[in-house]
Amino acid sequence: MKKNILTLFLSALVLSSFAQEDAITRGKELFGDLKARHIGPALMSGRTTDLELHPTNDRVLYVGTAGGGVWKSNNGGATFNSIFDDYCQSIGSVEIDPSSPDNIIWVGTGETWTRNSVSVGDGLYKTVDGGTNWIKMGFEKSERIAGIQVNPKNPDEVYVAVLGPLWNDSEERGLYKTTDGGKTWNKILYVDKTTGCSDLTLDPNNPNIVYASFWEFRRQPWSFSSGGATSALYKSIDGGKTFNKIHNGFPKGKLGRLAIAVAPSNSNILYTVIESEQDKDKGLYRSDDGGANWKQLNNDFGIVVRPFYFSRIEVDPRNPDVVVKAGLFGSISRDGGKTFKDLGPNHSDVHDIVFDIKNSDRMYAATDGGVYRSWDGGTTLEIVENLPLSQFYHVSVDNEEPYNVYGGLQDNGCWFGPSQSPGGIEARDWRRVGVGDGYRVYAHPTKKLIYSEMQGAENVWRYDPAKDQAKTIQPLAGKGDPKLRFNWNAAMAMSASKPDRFYMGSQFVHRSEDMGETWVKISPDLTTNDPTKQNQEDSGGLSRDNSGAENHCTIFTIAESPLDENIVWAGTDDGNLQITKDGGKTWTNVVSNIPGLPKNTMAYHVEASVFGKAIAYAVFTGYQTGDKSTYVYKTTDFGATWKSIVTSEIYGFARNIQEDYENENLLFLGTEFGLYITLNGGKSWYKFTNNMPAANVHFIELHKKTNDLVIATHGRGVIIIDDISPLRQLTEENMNKELHFFTTKPTIIAETNGFGGGSTETQFVGNNPSRAAKIIYYLKKRHTFGKMSLEIQDLEGTTIAELGPGKSKGINVVEWNYNMKPPKMAAAKTFAFGGFTSPRVPAGTYKVVIQKGKDTYTNDLVIQYDPKSDISLADRKLQEEATKKLYDMSQELAYMVYTLDEYVKIAEGVKARDAKSAKIATPLISELTKLKETLVVTKGDNYVGAAEPQLREKMAELYAKVADSYYKPNQAELSNLEAIESRFEKGKEDYKKIKDKNLPKVINAKSKDALEPIMLKTYEEFLRDN
Amino acid sequence: MNRNLITLLLLLIGATLSQAQTADEIIAHYFENTGGLEKWKALQGVKMSAKLNQGGMEIPLEIVQLKDGRQMTSINFQGKEIKQGVFDGTTLWSTNFQTMKGEKSDAESTENFKLDIGDFPDPFLNYKARGYKVELLGKENIEGSETFKLKLTKKPIKVDGKQTDNVVYYYFDAENFVPIMMEQEVNSGPAKGMISQSTMSDYQEINGLMMPFSMAQGYKGQGSQPITITKIELNPKVDGAVFTMPVEK
Repeated sequence: MKKNILTLFLSALVLSSFAQEDAITRGKELFGDLKARHIGPALMSGRTTDLELHPTNDRVLYVGTAGGGVWKSNNGGATFNSIFDDYCQSIGSVEIDPSSPDNIIWVGTGETWTRNSVSVGDGLYKTVDGGTNWIKMGFEKSERIAGIQVNPKNPDEVYVAVLGPLWNDSEERGLYKTTDGGKTWNKILYVDKTTGCSDLTLDPNNPNIVYASFWEFRRQPWSFSSGGATSALYKSIDGGKTFNKIHNGFPKGKLGRLAIAVAPSNSNILYTVIESEQDKDKGLYRSDDGGANWKQLNNDFGIVVRPFYFSRIEVDPRNPDVVVKAGLFGSISRDGGKTFKDLGPNHSDVHDIVFDIKNSDRMYAATDGGVYRSWDGGTTLEIVENLPLSQFYHVSVDNEEPYNVYGGLQDNGCWFGPSQSPGGIEARDWRRVGVGDGYRVYAHPTKKLIYSEMQGAENVWRYDPAKDQAKTIQPLAGKGDPKLRFNWNAAMAMSASKPDRFYMGSQFVHRSEDMGETWVKISPDLTTNDPTKQNQEDSGGLSRDNSGAENHCTIFTIAESPLDENIVWAGTDDGNLQITKDGGKTWTNVVSNIPGLPKNTMAYHVEASVFGKAIAYAVFTGYQTGDKSTYVYKTTDFGATWKSIVTSEIYGFARNIQEDYENENLLFLGTEFGLYITLNGGKSWYKFTNNMPAANVHFIELHKKTNDLVIATHGRGVIIIDDISPLRQLTEENMNKELHFFTTKPTIIAETNGFGGGSTETQFVGNNPSRAAKIIYYLKKRHTFGKMSLEIQDLEGTTIAELGPGKSKGINVVEWNYNMKPPKMAAAKTFAFGGFTSPRVPAGTYKVVIQKGKDTYTNDLVIQYDPKSDISLADRKLQEEATKKLYDMSQELAYMVYTLDEYVKIAEGVKARDAKSAKIATPLISELTKLKETLVVTKGDNYVGAAEPQLREKMAELYAKVADSYYKPNQAELSNLEAIESRFEKGKEDYKKIKDKNLPKVINAKSKDALEPIMLKTYEEFLRDN
Repeated sequence: MNRNLITLLLLLIGATLSQAQTADEIIAHYFENTGGLEKWKALQGVKMSAKLNQGGMEIPLEIVQLKDGRQMTSINFQGKEIKQGVFDGTTLWSTNFQTMKGEKSDAESTENFKLDIGDFPDPFLNYKARGYKVELLGKENIEGSETFKLKLTKKPIKVDGKQTDNVVYYYFDAENFVPIMMEQEVNSGPAKGMISQSTMSDYQEINGLMMPFSMAQGYKGQGSQPITITKIELNPKVDGAVFTMPVEK
């Protein structure tokens, strides 16, 4: 019987992992070229958890992050690249194998700094090729891995510290060891289901000596507890066969989180940080005899602050008395731990600090705001500017063109920035609109005002960015009101029908009709109001931690129906889902109608549908009680009945769903491990992985005008998939065609030609969307054999541009920047740079022609002038005519110079024959050469050695000015054009005169040879040939 | 019932395993399907005409590669020839865009380049004899096609003075065994640490050999630039002078 259950469980597990892999593969086959772009930002970066230095190459270091995966620097921390995109992005520990440091790296997932918003890990990974490929090495249920140590003398011997789940019991916890490179693991030290291995180190001089600390801890949605009777520090001297507690000198009673560090230069010297019952006993302890005896040295604030969040100790590899401790600011001691001073100014909340392998003045710190570098032993710190690890909780958009993106971040306030910007989206494009932990931010729908909030609605602001004025507007308890309970991430909502309406959720739904000036409670307490979940004052365990982060029995999500302002949904963190259909007069709790949803599961998001008043989607998360299932439901009857739209293809618990506004069956789901898309209302799901990492998706917004999907990730910033409208057209019929063109909106010519941005070399710059015209088609199969070409033709069938077609199975996106080829320029000694300018095509309908093997596929493409532009059509035509004139003139001149060169060649041939012939040929050569010197430059170089410009160069320069402009040519340009035209006319006349006078004689002389006839290319041939 | 399910699963897994290929089998299939090993071995050089599409501007290229390692890419702009990545057997050089004069590549690039001599026409040809290593890493979906991912480890190169592994990943279409993508971590320069990708398609026969007539080059996660090959000449007659760096008078 038991065996059957096990078999069933195993087969379910195998099937679901097949389904999840399949969702990735099918997603790749479907989405093809539809790619996400990352806009960061990186200016505030995000929480980083673990630093790991290469043991011999000081240019190489790795950083593990809270929600942004693993990044590698090859240049001493100047810049980093992401190397772990496809896997769980919450990182506990990164370890380089010291015996093969360029190849073998271990990554333990699951951050171990256990704040309320921490994500979860899904196991241990290993690479044997420096991070190009990763292999899962087990520990799928470990949830968080605190440390990995490899025996420097034997790469097959590895220890793994499993801290384990934060919100539930687990037998997975403990210290593990492999002796076969990770194929098999033995649990060598286990305490109990509540106590995990929180720190681990080997003696660098004797890998048989192992130190491991164990920590009893537990978080519930409404409280946190650190410490207990089972927390302890252990030592083994036999490679982990036996362990003994080393507590001689430790305080009595319960212990909390303990850290352990060994001084590399003298491995008898150990440091630990102790969390204990009495404040006077807490702090830094040191042993000078390998842990046999301990002595307390310091219990300053910087050493004892928030042990669950800051624990790491690091000793200078060259000096056992220089020791650093992670903390609110980070602390450094230069007297063996007796006294400490703070590190220099950097982002607060420092989780790890390391010393460079060669130079102790060079240090790195991992903070809540990215990685910092120091060159002077920690006094001055500078941020790494290309780590876009921003941890958004929420995202919203406005209706500006281009639209802006708004959101709040973990420990980094609230911000807004543009979805595109000249030269890319730079750090300087972002504006701060809130401080503290930022959560939800909304732009007023019609006025230039912004609502933002900090943790627990301590402040809710209405901010006027033009005046730089912020006004606080949060609901406060009035006479007769109970204490208002706001979630740390307090609910806010806007209305689609009343621009000035604004909702906030405490345990009540508060509604304001005047932008937060006055508030009305429109609901009773909608939560369970369970008093046992409201003792936050006692939260923390051995170190009290009542930050407000554990406030519970609060409303977490509010949604007003876009179709009926009286229908409002409210979901609570303690598992209620309430609806009113009369603007708040009466409320109904519909959560018990939801099948398969465990009681008290947090209602994370409600999406009120645009396809019917009675339709809504609800997303629940249970991970904070140890339930990592995915809960997504749809109702079509105001919550009376619900249907799960989850399949086994989805990996990770979900936080957010976004429906399409046009196709009811097209839905976007964000889980803890990435983005999922369904085309059939949730019957089957695809994973979207095109430049979309497996990041925690906290919120998704679909921009109504642009159809851009804007994704708030908690660790990889804001990620945008531009224009998802092709997905609406992915019907079975279309997907069965060999090639299907998607209908696209007309492309509006972007009238910008500015000067770009101002970022420096090592700063992150977010990608802009492409402004090119897009040719989007679906291919049933990847094109690998035979010819495939794509060209743009005008309606007469003349080729305007040849483009490289996409060949992927699935969606292909080919971009055309609505330019023709540049003119063919006259050959000369140097370049006429203006001649590299491609002229824009006029607005109109063009034809896309794809030739694939023997088959031809065509589609129309419409290009339009910007209807909002101040430029008249008549002016545009003047610009186009002048451009065309200069374009044609340049090509005519090119042909003229070609023929001139050919005649000179012929004449040279004649000249070489004999003295008589030379006499005939020489005048032609010298006159043509003289003429040519006025037509094109014949000397100099392409830089400051340039020759004086001649006709070609002047023509090209004016051509580029006129062609690049959107306006009609100005008076100076027109008069310049006239001058150039007349000079060209003069050149042509001179050329004709010279030819008339001298050419027949030379031709005559040449034809006497009858060696080969004179064959010059025609003008058309000349233009066609390269 | 459950047992049946497990059996079914095991059968499925077994079936995929039995169809599994070794790296050498994949390479053998590739040469066989593209003209045969002997034909590839006999190839002495190629001359290709191509068009690089850069933001709408078409750049005509001529590429010559010879078995002895000599190679050249020539670009023609406004009647001026610019050469890039030219190797004459000893010197690696390119034309400077400002002065239009030839300039030698730095010593490290040249030495690294020399390590690849013998890669023509294909680094998988005789790879073992040349000290290269090949490993099959598994299957991966590339551009919607199932592929075999092969890791090719060439001779280590030097990057800013430090010895560095030289690894290229090839993705062979699982249906017909031609490579459809190459991937390599950029070792030096501003893109260091990024992954460069080249995709290949439009395989066509030319005198008995199948070669890709279309490529797209770019960095992982970013756009790519298509190169269309208009003409391939096998075993071309090439004047050795085209590889020689012009001497300044």
